[in-house]
Amino acid sequence: MKGYSAWSLIREGLRHHLGWGRAWGSPEPRRRYEVVIVGAGGHGLATAYYLARNHGITDIAVLEKGWLGGGNTGRNTTIIRSNYLHDPSAAIYEKARQLYEDLSQELDFNIMFSPRGVMMLAQTEHEKRVWQRVAHANVLQGIDTRFIGPEEVKRRVPIINIDGPRYPVLGALWQPRGGTARHDAVAWGYARALDRMGVHIIENCEVTGIRTEGGKVVGVDTGKGPIDCGKLALVVAGHSSRLAEMAGFRLPMESVTLQAFVSEPVKPMLDVVVMANTVHGYISQSDKGELVIGGGTDGYVNYTQRGAFHHVEETVTALVETFPVIGRMRLMRQWGGIVDVTGDRSPILSKTPVENLYVNCGWGTGGFKAIPGSGWAMAELVATGEPGALAEPFALSRFREGRFIDESVAAGVAH
Amino acid sequence: MLRLTCPHCGVTAEETELHPGGEAHLVRAGPGASDEAFEAWLFARRNPMGVHFERWRHVHGCGKWFIAARHTVTLEVFGTYPAQTKAPPAELIARIRDKVPDWEGWPAGGALRGADGEGTEGGKA
Repeated sequence: MKGYSAWSLIREGLRHHLGWGRAWGSPEPRRRYEVVIVGAGGHGLATAYYLARNHGITDIAVLEKGWLGGGNTGRNTTIIRSNYLHDPSAAIYEKARQLYEDLSQELDFNIMFSPRGVMMLAQTEHEKRVWQRVAHANVLQGIDTRFIGPEEVKRRVPIINIDGPRYPVLGALWQPRGGTARHDAVAWGYARALDRMGVHIIENCEVTGIRTEGGKVVGVDTGKGPIDCGKLALVVAGHSSRLAEMAGFRLPMESVTLQAFVSEPVKPMLDVVVMANTVHGYISQSDKGELVIGGGTDGYVNYTQRGAFHHVEETVTALVETFPVIGRMRLMRQWGGIVDVTGDRSPILSKTPVENLYVNCGWGTGGFKAIPGSGWAMAELVATGEPGALAEPFALSRFREGRFIDESVAAGVAH
Repeated sequence: MLRLTCPHCGVTAEETELHPGGEAHLVRAGPGASDEAFEAWLFARRNPMGVHFERWRHVHGCGKWFIAARHTVTLEVFGTYPAQTKAPPAELIARIRDKVPDWEGWPAGGALRGADGEGTEGGKA
C-alpha cells in the first residue's frame, strides 16, 4: 500500500487514478486474537490504533456488524470542542482535541480538521452565568476558551440575530481551537493505518454471543464463526446494552435516537460552529456549502435510527429564529443515530464484572469529538488491565459511589 | 410520531402532549438494601431491542401517569394501562406474545445482573 503525498497525487493523476489500491483489506478472521474489539466506528478503531501504537499490540481483530464507520461515526455533526466544566471530561476531550490537531499527519490521511472556532451562545441570564463559570473552569484546566460579549458574537457571525424576541444573545463561550473534521475520514484514516500495522478489520461480522469460562471472557460467536480472544473490548455505542446482556450484566444506559440534518448547499455564510443550547439547534457549514444541523433526542428508548418528527420542527424553529437569513432554505437530508445515554450523561470506560472484558460506551450525543482521546484511554485500559488517569473517573463503579460526572447541566442535549 | 391512548381519560394523544418517564415496573430497593441493589434500581436499565414497558404522563391532558407497552424497533404500541399496578394486564401480555413470538415474556430479564453482579430483575413486582 502506498503513502499519500503530493508526488503520488501527480503520478496517479497522470495514470488516470488507476493505481491507488484499497485503503484497507477484508481479511478472513483467524481463530484467535490477543484482543478482539467489537465495533469498527471511530472509538473502536482508535482503541485498536493506540493499542498498536502505544502498547505494541497488533494481534487485534476489530469486528463490525455493518460497514466501517457506518454507525454514529458517519451520522454526527462533526463538532470538536473540549470546553467542559468538570475536570475528568475536560481532560479526556482536550486530549482528543489535541490529538485531532495533527491526526492528518500522523495517519497520512487528510481528516480535514478545521479549528474554525466553536461558539456556544448564552441566551438567558442563567446560561450566561453557566458559560462564564465554564470559562473560568477552563482557565484552571488549561483549555483555551473565553466568554465573549454580543458585539463580538455579531462580528464573528454576521448572519446571527442577536436581538431575538424570545432569547436575545447575551454573549457566548468561545473556543478558538474547536471546530470540525471530516467524520468519515477519521474512521477511514484509522482503518488504513491499522491495516498497515497488520490489524484485522472484519466488516459484516455481527457478534451473536460472548463466551465466558469461570467469569473470564474467552471468545465471541460471530456471523463468521467463533473467534477466541485473550481480551474483549465492547465499543459499540447504541447497542452496548445488547452486548452486555450477552455477557450477563446490565449497563446504566438507555438508547435513544438523535437527529441531524443538512440543508441544500449555499455559498459561504458561516465560518464557525454555533451552538444555541437554549433554543436547541447547532449549526456549521460544510466545505460543500451545506449547513450541518444538529437536532434533538427522543425521550424514550428508540432503536430505529429515525427520530420523532416534531424534533425537526423544533430545530428548524430555533435556527430560523437565530439565523433569519436561512428561513427560505430547504433541508436536503434528515437522519438519526442511536446514541447511548448514561445516568449522568458521561461516558463509561471501564472494567466489567467479567474478567478481561472492557466497555467503552455511553458517549451519548457527543462522541465524535472524543474519538482519539477515548481510543488513547481505552487502549491503556485494555493493554494494562487498569485504567490510566484519563479513564479512571469514568469507571462503572461511579454510579454506586455517587461520583457522577454530571455534565448534563452544563451541556444539555447538545453534548 | 408516537400516538398513545391515555387509559385514564381515553384521549389518543400525540407524543408532544405526553411526557416519557422511563422504564416501568422498577421496584425501589427497600430500607436496608445493599448499595448494589440501590444502584441497580437507580441506574441499571433493560434498554431492550424489542418489547419495552415504560411510564408516560399525560402532561398536557389529564396529568396522570400510565404505562405503555411498546416495541423499540418497530415502534408498535401494544397497549396502555394505568400506572397503579405492579404488572401488565394478562390480556396485554397474551396479545404481545401473539405479535412477538420470540419475546422473552413477563417478567423479563430476571437472570440478568447489575454491573456488579447483584440481581436487578426489571420484572420483579
